[in-house]
Amino acid sequence: MNKRLILLVPLACFLFVGAFFYTALFSDPRELESALVGKPVPEFELPDLLNPSRQLTKQSFGEGHYLINVWATWCPTCRAEHEYLNKLAKLGVKIVGINYKDEPAKARVWLEQLGDPYVLNVQDYKGDLAIDLGVYGAPETYVVDTNGIIVYRHVGDVNERVWRDKLAEKYREAGEVNEL
Amino acid sequence: MSFNRLISIGFAATLGLISLSANATIDAYPFQDESKEAEFKELINELRCPKCQNQTISDSDAGLAKDLKDKTYEMVQEGATKREVIGYMVDRYGNFVHYQPPVQSSTWVLWYGPFAFMLVAFIAIVVVIRQRGKTTTSTVELSAQEKARLDELMKKDDSKS
Repeated sequence: MNKRLILLVPLACFLFVGAFFYTALFSDPRELESALVGKPVPEFELPDLLNPSRQLTKQSFGEGHYLINVWATWCPTCRAEHEYLNKLAKLGVKIVGINYKDEPAKARVWLEQLGDPYVLNVQDYKGDLAIDLGVYGAPETYVVDTNGIIVYRHVGDVNERVWRDKLAEKYREAGEVNEL
Repeated sequence: MSFNRLISIGFAATLGLISLSANATIDAYPFQDESKEAEFKELINELRCPKCQNQTISDSDAGLAKDLKDKTYEMVQEGATKREVIGYMVDRYGNFVHYQPPVQSSTWVLWYGPFAFMLVAFIAIVVVIRQRGKTTTSTVELSAQEKARLDELMKKDDSKS
């Protein structure tokens, strides 16, 4: 009887390792845990993309919950998601933009041609704010709650599926925090 | 013949270019202080590029790796310790950014897993050896009763022949 049980040990080891690799197989290696979730939006002082003489701080984002969208004209995926961002803005979703390591002139033309879903845009030419946010590529989208705390980070484009499955609920919850 | 020569010249030129570009990246970060330079080199070989997943920031050509190298350079020049620089990066990019993850509940498998497996293997070996020992000794030793029976059987056998 005891011997029989010992024979099961290799099987148990196999199942353990198997389960480990099986879960790893379906996880997205690009999706890193964000160190910033649960922390406030970092402090910064950077020019406004559309009005460079004006300096923006995080207070410029105003009250309430919002999305932060990191984008650039050199980023093809940003172009792919842009139309959906326009749609969200029309639905009343508040989006602030961080124009990440981009040529300001090109970025302004982009907004003119493709539409501007952002309530305002931070011109992060050197990528300082992006480093503080832990950005490692564009596009990235953060959900910020009414207390100015980052509650969620999404890497990759925002589209209908992503919005429906992930962001919509987080965004709604982010707006509810103050009411509790 | 001339074709081979051409290839070897091309090869040499490529090698030359590669070594030139490698030098260029090192020269981009001039240091007065040798200990700071050593610290910087250690850091950029220990920090992992979040964008490229399995390269150090010193190894990677990604824009972000360059930014992080610049930031590291800036911090080291300002007198930050190695720990401060790593802390700064971990605060922003999580433990992923450092090739030596800290010992915590989520990394226990990583740190102790290999030892646990070795322990299991060791126990298995000990159990197998012990059992083998048991089976061999039990066949060698006979009880007094068995010996008597064996003698009896042998006698019978002898008397037959």
